[in-house]
Amino acid sequence: MSASKVSFAKALNTALADAMEASREVVVFGEDVGTLGGVFRITDGLTARFGRERCFDTPLAESGIIGTAVGMAMNGMRPVAEMQFDAFAYPAFEQVASHVAKMHNRTRGRLTMPLVIRIPYGGGVGGVEHHCDSSESYYAHTPGLKVFTPASVRDAYVMLREAIDSPDPVVFFEPKRLYWSTAQVDLDELREQYENGSLPRREGHAVVAREGSDATLISYGPSVPVCLAAAEEAAKDGMSVEVIDLGSVVPYDDGTVAASVRRTGRAVVVAESQGFASVASEIAARTQERCFHSLAAPVLRVTGFDIPYPSPSFEHHHIPSSERILDALDDLQWED
Amino acid sequence: MSEPTPAGEPAVREKSPVNPAVEASKNFGITPEQYMLPASSEIRLLNPDGSAVPESEQGQEPGHEYPMPEDSRLLDAYEKLVVGRRINDQNMALVRQGRMAVYPSSHGQEACQVAAALCLEDDDWLFPTYRDSVAVMSRGVDPLEVMSTYRGDWHGGYDPRKYKVSVQATPLTTQLLHAVGVAHAAKLRGEDTVALAMCGDGATSEGDFHEALNFAAVFQLPVLFLVQNNGYAISVPLSSQTRAPSLAHKGVGYGMASERVDGNDLAALLSVLGRGIELCRQGGGPLLVEAMTYRMQAHTNADDDTRYRERDEVAEWVAKDPITRMQHYLTGQGALDDAASERISEHAEAMAKRLREAMAHKPELDPQDLFRFVYHEPTPQLREQAEQLADELSREEA
Repeated sequence: MSASKVSFAKALNTALADAMEASREVVVFGEDVGTLGGVFRITDGLTARFGRERCFDTPLAESGIIGTAVGMAMNGMRPVAEMQFDAFAYPAFEQVASHVAKMHNRTRGRLTMPLVIRIPYGGGVGGVEHHCDSSESYYAHTPGLKVFTPASVRDAYVMLREAIDSPDPVVFFEPKRLYWSTAQVDLDELREQYENGSLPRREGHAVVAREGSDATLISYGPSVPVCLAAAEEAAKDGMSVEVIDLGSVVPYDDGTVAASVRRTGRAVVVAESQGFASVASEIAARTQERCFHSLAAPVLRVTGFDIPYPSPSFEHHHIPSSERILDALDDLQWED
Repeated sequence: MSEPTPAGEPAVREKSPVNPAVEASKNFGITPEQYMLPASSEIRLLNPDGSAVPESEQGQEPGHEYPMPEDSRLLDAYEKLVVGRRINDQNMALVRQGRMAVYPSSHGQEACQVAAALCLEDDDWLFPTYRDSVAVMSRGVDPLEVMSTYRGDWHGGYDPRKYKVSVQATPLTTQLLHAVGVAHAAKLRGEDTVALAMCGDGATSEGDFHEALNFAAVFQLPVLFLVQNNGYAISVPLSSQTRAPSLAHKGVGYGMASERVDGNDLAALLSVLGRGIELCRQGGGPLLVEAMTYRMQAHTNADDDTRYRERDEVAEWVAKDPITRMQHYLTGQGALDDAASERISEHAEAMAKRLREAMAHKPELDPQDLFRFVYHEPTPQLREQAEQLADELSREEA
């Protein structure tokens, strides 16, 4: 066993295969996930390996996919449903908000909903309308759901395994522009560590992706690599910037974020989604509430604009860039 | 489940699945379309006056013959009918007295309610709507557990897994997809569970109705969809919901067999649903059954049905009442004598008394329950809020 170059997509694919291998309760379904292996190939090879009973194509109907997943979860399965793109998940929203999220509460815990809804999300891939939304705030706003979004190859594997094993329903956001990113990872070792319980839990735990002492960037999903690039640039100007990768948006790790911001005294929240009434707003508010007396400047947000996701020719203006993050860091009321 | 093939081999392309209706039609010498369409008129075994429909007048089209159930089975069902009616009326009284928050009564539709529950085996699943409390109770769920929802104590009162009865659905037709999922899981495990999913006529306009029927048909799942066509979606008549010849006619569009049945004829319902469930169990599902019935009272206590329907129309349906019809038939058969009638009515009164007594007392509710069940593993944020509320309440008490 040794580390090799692994793509984000391969890590997700391996996590699905390992989860299916570990339990016959795990079934994978959605649009084009069978013979084709998914439009992003995340389910590649699963039908061939596990049979079309366990990885199958459904009719083209998102509410149908999630509604039947609810029934399967009621009857002892652990369904992993794929929504083909972020904005194509909206037809399933009633099933998600009214049943996936509420069934455990409504039945006083007698019915659990151990299902995963995988949603490729976000832009930066030149996608046309309805293919690039960052829709995590709708789900994070809905009590009863857990919301994960990995930013690294390693987390792609670990967090998808955690999501599938969770007794609670997890909406799993996959940053589609990171699908082809790679890292040196030993998947065999990671599998062994995950399965023997030696990995720290990622649910509810943010990680410090880069240590720093002058300011904290709080981010998740596709914006984490942008924050790391901005921190690298800032270092050239002598600024030490810490980057926090939430990974788990719900449950949210107040402790790790607050500890960092109390230490640095300055914070910028970075997310690709439109900012108004968003996850970024919630993080900014919570940070302010917990760290007010340690703050040297207001908590700022760098997010997408409050516009419908723009056409490919415009999207570079919309997605938070390293430059916009550096500008925000400059705005944090530094004393000369 | 088939044996997994080695990794790396390309998946085999799907072959077209065999439609069970096509197979079944061979036995009757009719086309698959003819098999899937409902009989030319609704299936009825008992006339409104309680006389048996002569065999010569029953639908004798191939594939649509239904036998009259045994008297003993009908008597058992009749008892549930009488108890169900008493519970419906008792609950409406409790709402008027302010002891219950709301109750959507199935007064007039009790035959559909009882038949839906009685045609299922223990391991089958029932998916009821908010109006189907009598079906839920007929399946054996304690009425007091059912009523916790309508008293306003919790959104669901009984254990769905214990009774194999899903929570009563308030949104329209979302539960049909859950039934499809339950049946799919059972099929994957090789179990012969059947799911019976209920909805109303107005609900057939919802998108999830279409998606559920289509998924069930594509995956050939053992689901029986029972539409209680009571004529109205609150105030809107069926003519404003659809231009289809009947709701049962929608089945053929999905490639499933369908039937229309007199929804106030308990004998016909038991026969049609009983055979439907058996067909599903043998792999001939899914199926669609439309039961023609009538909601004798307003949508709920909050509704005023004089604004949208004539009293003459309501009166017409009094004459088609499911209880008097079955009572006359069973009396004529010699299966229902005075002693049996008295025993049944005592049973119904005892049930009503139990409801009245239980609803006279509000149970102790624990505010911490608000947080307890949102997640299996609560978030730290929710724990904080639970502590906040507990702290607030303790200060109020101090």
